[in-house]
Amino acid sequence: MTLSGGPLSRTVDDSLFTSDGTALLGSRCDDCGAHTFPRQGGCPRCTGASMTDVALAREGTLWSFTVQGFRPKTPYQGPDEFEPYGVGYVELPGQLIVEARLTENDPDRLEIGMPVRMEMVPFRTDDAGEPVLTFAFTPVGRS
Amino acid sequence: MSAPAVAIIGIGIHPFGRTDGVSGRAQAVHAVRLALADSGLGFGDMQFGFGGSWSAGDPDTLVSELGLTSLPFINVANGCATGGSSLISADAMIRAGLHDIGLVVGFDKHPRGAFNTDPASHGIGAWYGETGLMLTTQFFGLKIQRYLHTHGMGTDVLAAIAEKAFRNGALNPNAWRRKEISASEIAAAPMISHPLTQYMYCSPGEGAVAFVVCRADRARDHCENPVYLSGAALRSRRYGSFEVFSPWLAVDAAQSPTVDAAAAAFAQAGLTPADVDVAQLQDTESGAELMHMAETGLCEHGAQEELISSGATGITGSLPINTDGGCIANGEPIGASGLRQVYETALQLRGEAGDHQVPGDPRVGFTHVYGAPGISACTVLTR
Repeated sequence: MTLSGGPLSRTVDDSLFTSDGTALLGSRCDDCGAHTFPRQGGCPRCTGASMTDVALAREGTLWSFTVQGFRPKTPYQGPDEFEPYGVGYVELPGQLIVEARLTENDPDRLEIGMPVRMEMVPFRTDDAGEPVLTFAFTPVGRS
Repeated sequence: MSAPAVAIIGIGIHPFGRTDGVSGRAQAVHAVRLALADSGLGFGDMQFGFGGSWSAGDPDTLVSELGLTSLPFINVANGCATGGSSLISADAMIRAGLHDIGLVVGFDKHPRGAFNTDPASHGIGAWYGETGLMLTTQFFGLKIQRYLHTHGMGTDVLAAIAEKAFRNGALNPNAWRRKEISASEIAAAPMISHPLTQYMYCSPGEGAVAFVVCRADRARDHCENPVYLSGAALRSRRYGSFEVFSPWLAVDAAQSPTVDAAAAAFAQAGLTPADVDVAQLQDTESGAELMHMAETGLCEHGAQEELISSGATGITGSLPINTDGGCIANGEPIGASGLRQVYETALQLRGEAGDHQVPGDPRVGFTHVYGAPGISACTVLTR
């Protein structure tokens, strides 16, 4: 897929993103308004089966966080050289709370309730040497 | 209190930990033979069997060692709630009047660092595992971080819980970890998933537990010290609960399956959490014990710090929890883990727990397991 303003890159799974690659793609229940991520056909809240694709908000607040301290086993595909990475749940107001990697891995610089924004980040390099992108949230107003 | 329908009249265990050269099935047979001997019955007296194992073989194949008697033997697989599910199934079998007496067994033998899970088996895309989000250890870090924040607690309590687990494990000859570790050493151990360190987590392990169960009104025909299964319930998650392997959560929070399962077990027993003399709670890591204390109704949310720091949850305290060292000191052989809690509770109610016996002649015990993908099984045991 082509990311706006960026080089031709592949994502970890194109079905997770809007076609322009700028937002996560979820589902919204036509009957009760519940959201899911990724997309699914059935509503886990009202048990209905009428779901419509919806772009999820790119900005939210950090709901919880941790730091992955060791290199996960298979099926993890990250680089062999391991650097601890942050993981969080981010509340997207009126939609849902999404789990994601965080660009910050220092727990002292993370705080529940802080504003964060989604971005696409290189997660690993594929066999052809091309970066594979996934989504992550970064604290707003920090480098 | 309503009259219980089912009694445990024989208990058996194979020590937990690592037993090189002894298969999981052999450990199961060991536990079954002890349970049968404890009940004074033979395998030929068993009218049915329920068994669970995650990765150590099909439980129903144990009959080739125990005896080919044609009994109906059903395999149970329910993740961390496998043992509880086996017991609940046996309970239903006897309540339904299909059989009077039977066997429940759980066993497992996991290698070091087991439990890497395929996202597809949970209906999740491969990306979730590939990008490093599908880890139980990570989930527990995320969950306790939110819980401590919500209820205004610090992280010191996490080390105190693990310290108690190792202290109790040191008193239990069947435990894996039998060496005390100080809270300061636990807090300083390598950080696995902030704020949880290595010594706050349980490890995949080995072990087996078996019970002979029978109609409650016939229990005293077989033994003098039956333990009654006064309540037993299994529940799955509701929309909005915070469970392992969740790429997303609902904004509207719901109570955990633990809350539902505990309430159902107490209601069936006609008892309340205030009646409990000794409790075994799922302590996959320290934070789990902390949360489960309140979710089961044993205390209010936020009251745990005071209870733990005052020693109330120790063996001689007013609310003894995980008196055998819990998962942290015993490891977690999935098929056997929930039944270990019931074994320990039966020992306590029979007054046979030795160095880890709770004083004061306990009469009501409670057990609780919790696991993927958002299930909980609880029992209320009485004598």
